[in-house]
Amino acid sequence: MEHLNLDVAQLLAGSLVLVSFMLLYQDRLSGLINIFALHAVALTLSVAWQAYVQHAPHLYVTAGIALIFKATIIPVALRRIVKQLRIHRTVEIVGGIGPTMFLGMFLVALSLVVMLPATASADPFAREDLAFALAIVLLGLLMMVTRRNAVSQIIGFMSLENGLILAAAGADGMPLVVEISVALSVLVAFIVIGIFLFRIRERFDTVDLFELDRVRGEKR
Amino acid sequence: MPLDLALIFVGALFCVSVLSIRRRARSDISRIIYTLCCALCVLIFVAVVSPRGAHALSATLPLGLPWIGMRFRLDALSAFFLAVVNIGGAAASVYAIGYGAHEKHPMRVLPFFPAFIAAMNCVVLADDAFTFLVAWEFMSLSSWALVLASHQEAESRSAAYIYLLMASFGTLCLLMAFGVLGGVGGAYDFSTIREAPKDAWKAGLVLGLVILGAGSKAGLVPLHIWLPLAHPAAPSHVSALMSGVMTKVAIYGFIRIVFDLLGQPAFWWSIHPLVLGALSAMTGILFATVQSDLKKLLAYSTIENIGVIFVALGLALAFKANGQALPAALAFTAALFHVFNHALFKSVLFFGAGAVLGATGEKNIEKLGGLIKSMPRTAFLFLGGCVAIAALPPLNGFVSEWLVFQAILLTPSLPQWILKLITPLVGVALALSAALGAGCYVRAFGIVFLGRARSAAAQAASETDGWSLGAMSVLLAMCLLAGVAPSFMIDTISPAAQEYVGGRMIVQGDLPWLTIAPVAESRSSYNGLLVFVFILLSSFGAMRLIRTLWPRPVRRAPPWDCGYADSSLATQYTASSFAQPVRRALGGLAFSTRESLDMPLPGETRAARFTVEIGDRFMNGLYTPLAKAVWFCAGRLNVVNFLSIQEYLGLVFVALVVLLIIVAL
Repeated sequence: MEHLNLDVAQLLAGSLVLVSFMLLYQDRLSGLINIFALHAVALTLSVAWQAYVQHAPHLYVTAGIALIFKATIIPVALRRIVKQLRIHRTVEIVGGIGPTMFLGMFLVALSLVVMLPATASADPFAREDLAFALAIVLLGLLMMVTRRNAVSQIIGFMSLENGLILAAAGADGMPLVVEISVALSVLVAFIVIGIFLFRIRERFDTVDLFELDRVRGEKR
Repeated sequence: MPLDLALIFVGALFCVSVLSIRRRARSDISRIIYTLCCALCVLIFVAVVSPRGAHALSATLPLGLPWIGMRFRLDALSAFFLAVVNIGGAAASVYAIGYGAHEKHPMRVLPFFPAFIAAMNCVVLADDAFTFLVAWEFMSLSSWALVLASHQEAESRSAAYIYLLMASFGTLCLLMAFGVLGGVGGAYDFSTIREAPKDAWKAGLVLGLVILGAGSKAGLVPLHIWLPLAHPAAPSHVSALMSGVMTKVAIYGFIRIVFDLLGQPAFWWSIHPLVLGALSAMTGILFATVQSDLKKLLAYSTIENIGVIFVALGLALAFKANGQALPAALAFTAALFHVFNHALFKSVLFFGAGAVLGATGEKNIEKLGGLIKSMPRTAFLFLGGCVAIAALPPLNGFVSEWLVFQAILLTPSLPQWILKLITPLVGVALALSAALGAGCYVRAFGIVFLGRARSAAAQAASETDGWSLGAMSVLLAMCLLAGVAPSFMIDTISPAAQEYVGGRMIVQGDLPWLTIAPVAESRSSYNGLLVFVFILLSSFGAMRLIRTLWPRPVRRAPPWDCGYADSSLATQYTASSFAQPVRRALGGLAFSTRESLDMPLPGETRAARFTVEIGDRFMNGLYTPLAKAVWFCAGRLNVVNFLSIQEYLGLVFVALVVLLIIVAL
C-alpha cells in the first residue's frame, strides 16, 4: 500500500511536469489556456492525493482552491480577455521549439541533481515532490522568458506558482499551507491585473496613442 | 546616576536643535542656542567626570527597534572621551557666540550644531551596535549639513559631496564589521559580542573593516582626502569640532572595537595601525608644510596627529598581545593623552584661524601678514596653540609625544622580528614629522602674524571679539595645565588603561613635584613644572639683564630694506618660499610637484613667472582612477535600465540557473 501511495504521488507530480512541457510547446493562445486548466487539474489531483496520504484535511482546501480558481475561474477569465482583445487566433512565435524543449529537459535534470542530494534525509514523498516542484518552477520561468505575449507570460507565472504549491503540499505538516496558497492566489490576481495594465500602457504609449485619444474624446 | 544625567542632557541637546527651528524668527536666536549648547556640554562634562574611577554604568532606553531598545554604557574609556567631546563642544559654543553673530545664514548652522554634539555624545555612550551605528551616521550627516553651510560656493558643495561619500563608505565598513562580530545569531549588544569567541580570520576581517571605517572618519592616510576639503568649507567653530573632536570619536570607535570587543589581540594586529599611522604622520605634515590655505594646513596637521595617535595605539596592541602590561599601558595612555591634547590645541588653532578669517576675510596666508600688531591677543593665543602642537615644553603637546617616544624606546623587548623591524622606522617617521611639524607652525605663525601686511584686507584687520578670545584663552590655559601637571591626566586615564590593556602606569600623583615617570623614575622622568619655572625665570632674567645693560627706551624704526628704498611688500619671505626646501627635499614622498619657470628673454618687458603645481598622489593615483572606473561601469550598466520585460525575466532566470548549477556542483 505504501508503495502504491508513493507511485501515485510520483505519477501525479510527474504528470504536472509533463503538462509544463506541453505549456512550453503550445504556441496558440486558446490551446495554451486549455492546457493551463489541465495543469491546474493535475495540481488539484496531486494535492488531493497528498491530503489523502498524509491525512491532512487542510490540504483538501488547497486542492479545492486550485480547482475553483486555477482550473475554472482564471482560464474562463483569460479566455474572455483574449476574446475581447481579439488575440485568440494569435499564433505566437516562440524562439525555436526544439532548443526550448532541450533547455526544459536540462532544467528538469538540474533540479533533480540539485534536490535529490540536498534532501537526502527527507522522506521519499517530500523528496520527489520537491524535485518535481523545482522543475515546474524553472519551466514556468523559462516559459515567461521565452514568450512575448502577456497572456502566455501570465500563464507561465501561474504554472510557476503551481510548482510552489506542489512543493508546499509535499512537505509534511505544513500548517500555513492554506494561507500561503490563498495569499499567492491573490498575488497572482494582482500580477495578472498589473501586467495587463503595464502592457496596455506600453501599447498605447507607443502604438495606439492616437487611437486611445480618439476613443477618450468620443466618450466625453 | 551620572549616566542618566548625561543621557538627559544629550536629549536636551537634541531639543535645543528643535528649538532653534521653532524660534528661528528671533534676532538673538544664535546667542541663545550657543549658550544653551555650552551649558549642556558643561553639565554633561561635570556629570561624567565627577565620579572619577567609578564602575561602569549601563542603561537601556525603550527607543529604536522595539525588541532591542537602545543600550548605553558609561565606563572609564567613554567617560574620558565624553570629557574630550564636551570640552570641545563647550569651547566651540562659547567661541560661536561671538563668531556666529556675523553669520550670513545662521539657520544653516544652528539646528545642526547641537545635534552634531549630541550625536558624538551618543556614539561614545552607545552599548550596542545598532545605537552605535545610528549615532555614528547621525554624526556624519549632521556634520555633512554643517560642511554644506555655505552651499552657494561650488567648492564647498564638492567638499560636502566627497565628505558624504567617505562617511558612507566608513559607515558601511563599520556595519559589515559589526555584522561579522554579531555573527549569524545577530547578537548586537556589546556585552554579548565581548563574550563571544572569535576566530582568527574573523578578527582579522573585523580589524581591517574597522581600520577602514574608523580610519576614514579619523583621517588615516589614504582615507584622508575629505579632511582638507571639508574643514575649510565649514564655519570655523564647526571645523574645530570636526577636527578636534569628531576625529577623536572615530578613534574611540577604533579603541572600543579593537581593544574591547575583539578580545585578546594577536601581535600582527598592530602592524596596520603602526604603518598607516606613520604614513599618516609623514604625509599629513608634509602636506601641511606646503599648504597656503590656513584651514587646510590645520586639517593636514590633524592627519599628522591622528597618525601619532594610531602609532601609539598600534604599540599598545603590540605590547598587549605580548602580555607586557606596563608598556602597553604607557602606549595606551600616550594615545589617549594625545587625543585630549590635540582636541585642545587644534580647537585653539581653528578658532584663531576663524578669528583671522573673520577679521580679514582671507584664508590664503600669502595675503596675510603683520596681524600681530592689529590682533595682538589673537596672535598670542595662536602662538600658544602653535607651541603646544609643535610639541615644545612646557605645554601639553610635548608630554604626550614624549610618552609615545618612551613607548617606542621600549619596543626592543618585543619578541616578533617584524615588529622589531618596523618600530624603529615608525619612530624615525614620527621624529621627522614632529620636527617638520614644528617648522610648519613656525611658518604658519610667522607668515600670518609677523612681517608686514601683504594685502589691504590684512592691513585693515582689527581684534576679534571677547567671546572668541575667551574660548581660546580657556583652552590654552588647559593646555598649559595639562603640560605642567601631566601626572593628573595620566592618573585620570589609568582606569581606562587598566580596563583595556590590563595594566596601568605607576601612580604619578605619588611622585613629588608633579614629576612624571613613564616606566620607573630611575629610567626617565619629566617635570613640566620645573621646565615651566625655568623658562619663566630665564626669560624674565634675560629681559631684566638686557634692560639693565641697555637701558634705552624701545625705538620704532622702519624695517631694514637691504639698501633699496621703498621696497615692495612682495619682497618679504613668503609662505611658499619658506616651504620650498622641505618641498624639494621631501615632497616627492607624498606629492608630485611640478615647478615651471617662465623667464622673459633679454629685452622683453613682461615679468618672469614661477609656478609650482602640487598634486596629491593619493588623489591622482587612487581616487581619480577609482572614480573613473565607477563612472565607466555605471555608464555600461545604464543599458540595464531600458530592457524589455522578457530580458529582465531572463536575467533573473539566468541568475537562478547559475546559482542552482553552483549548488549542484
